[in-house]
Amino acid sequence: MANVPAIEIRDLHKQFGSLKVLKGISLTACQGDIVAIIGGSGSGKSTLLRCINLLERPTSGEIAIQGEPYRMKDARHGGLEIADRRQVQRIRAHLGMVFQNFNLWPHRTVLENVIEVPIHVLGMKRDEAIHRAEELLNRVGLGSKKDIYPAVMSGGQQQRAAIARVLAVDPLAMLFDEPTSALDPELVGEVLSVIRDLAAEHRTMLLVTHEMAFARDVATHVVFLREGIIEEQGPPDQIFGDPRSPHLKQFISSVA
Amino acid sequence: MTTVFDLSLLAYEPPGWGKLLLVGFMRSIQLAAGGYLLGILIGIAGAAGKLYGNKVVRDLFEIYTVVIRAVPELVLMLLFYYVGTDLLSRASTAMGFGSVDIDGLTAGILVIGLVQGGYATEVFRGAILAVPRGQTEAAHAFGMSPAQVLRRVTLPAMTPHALPGMANLWMIATKDTALLAVIGFSELTLVTRQAAGATQHYIMFFLAAGVLYLALTLISNVALRRFERYARRGLVSTR
Repeated sequence: MANVPAIEIRDLHKQFGSLKVLKGISLTACQGDIVAIIGGSGSGKSTLLRCINLLERPTSGEIAIQGEPYRMKDARHGGLEIADRRQVQRIRAHLGMVFQNFNLWPHRTVLENVIEVPIHVLGMKRDEAIHRAEELLNRVGLGSKKDIYPAVMSGGQQQRAAIARVLAVDPLAMLFDEPTSALDPELVGEVLSVIRDLAAEHRTMLLVTHEMAFARDVATHVVFLREGIIEEQGPPDQIFGDPRSPHLKQFISSVA
Repeated sequence: MTTVFDLSLLAYEPPGWGKLLLVGFMRSIQLAAGGYLLGILIGIAGAAGKLYGNKVVRDLFEIYTVVIRAVPELVLMLLFYYVGTDLLSRASTAMGFGSVDIDGLTAGILVIGLVQGGYATEVFRGAILAVPRGQTEAAHAFGMSPAQVLRRVTLPAMTPHALPGMANLWMIATKDTALLAVIGFSELTLVTRQAAGATQHYIMFFLAAGVLYLALTLISNVALRRFERYARRGLVSTR
């Protein structure tokens, strides 16, 4: 099992109407890999991440999670559609996604947000779910906030709660979609430090980010996306220290 | 010779009319509550159908809401009541069950529910659209089934947006019950008319009925406000 990649993407294309966003992406993330996906706005990096749990349906290509490819069928009007909704639900339950805008459920307290999926999707017992959720909330520094509603917390606290919600499903891989982009600058650090802790545990992660210093620091592999293709990829020191493509050079100097 | 107000006529026991009025009032409440609940169910189905259904489903609900909201309620009630019971009777006879006689309460609840459902569909549709997409997206991303997303996220998240409209619909439901007097259902208004006609104390009896309708509204308001506070839990007050 150790040799099966956690996430394997083969020749992925995604098209919105006539706009081609992804033009043949192949990418493999093994257990424990931390893949940072960087690139300019409109390069397709969020779309790529959202294809992995099928929040976006690919136009063509194959995605396998832990060696199990999504079962897709040809849609009537071109592209692919989900052939087996239960399979997708089962796989999704083991892929935790952290969103740019947190997307906590506002009518549930922080604790209720964290126990929701373990109880209602994974079938965990309520007591056990609460026990685990309290541990996780302590871990992200929100132990004292468990009974309040998300709307009264800062963005940094909401994002940490969202990370606890993902950890509660003990995910095979975590998908971070620009987790600090919606935060006030002074709140970015607290979220990055939580993610850094998780990286130290060698959890499998795909991280779309604009935080280049952070990507260089925690990633095991960096992917530079431009206009829907992977223009360059490699270990962080190579990507940031010795970029080959002129676009990547320009991109790095523009965000540094 | 008769005074305008002869309060003894409102006494609970005959010769007072109080008991009959209260029975009529209770039946009005039953009608309103039953019709309202049916309307909520139709409304949720209608909103889900309009938002997530295929073209046929969407068109059917569109026709339903247009017709319900375009035709006067009294006309709809007469139509549903006479045509509906007639059709049901014929269908039942054709299937060999013999003619059925649906009781007034069931017929009234169906009629009010169908009318309420048309408006509730639009209230819920708007409320669902007001829920930020990210909340349902997160639910899908964690592997919830479409039914779970609806039950665990969409419905509770849209409730605060639906409440002002649904509170209005409850008020309308309580008053629409009076229209059923026309088809001879002895709810509060019909009973009041009988009592007033029999005693010639029109002003007193209609005032009494008005007070009962008002009391129902005031009590409902308290309950609705409590429910709204619960439904808005977690939402930051905008005032």
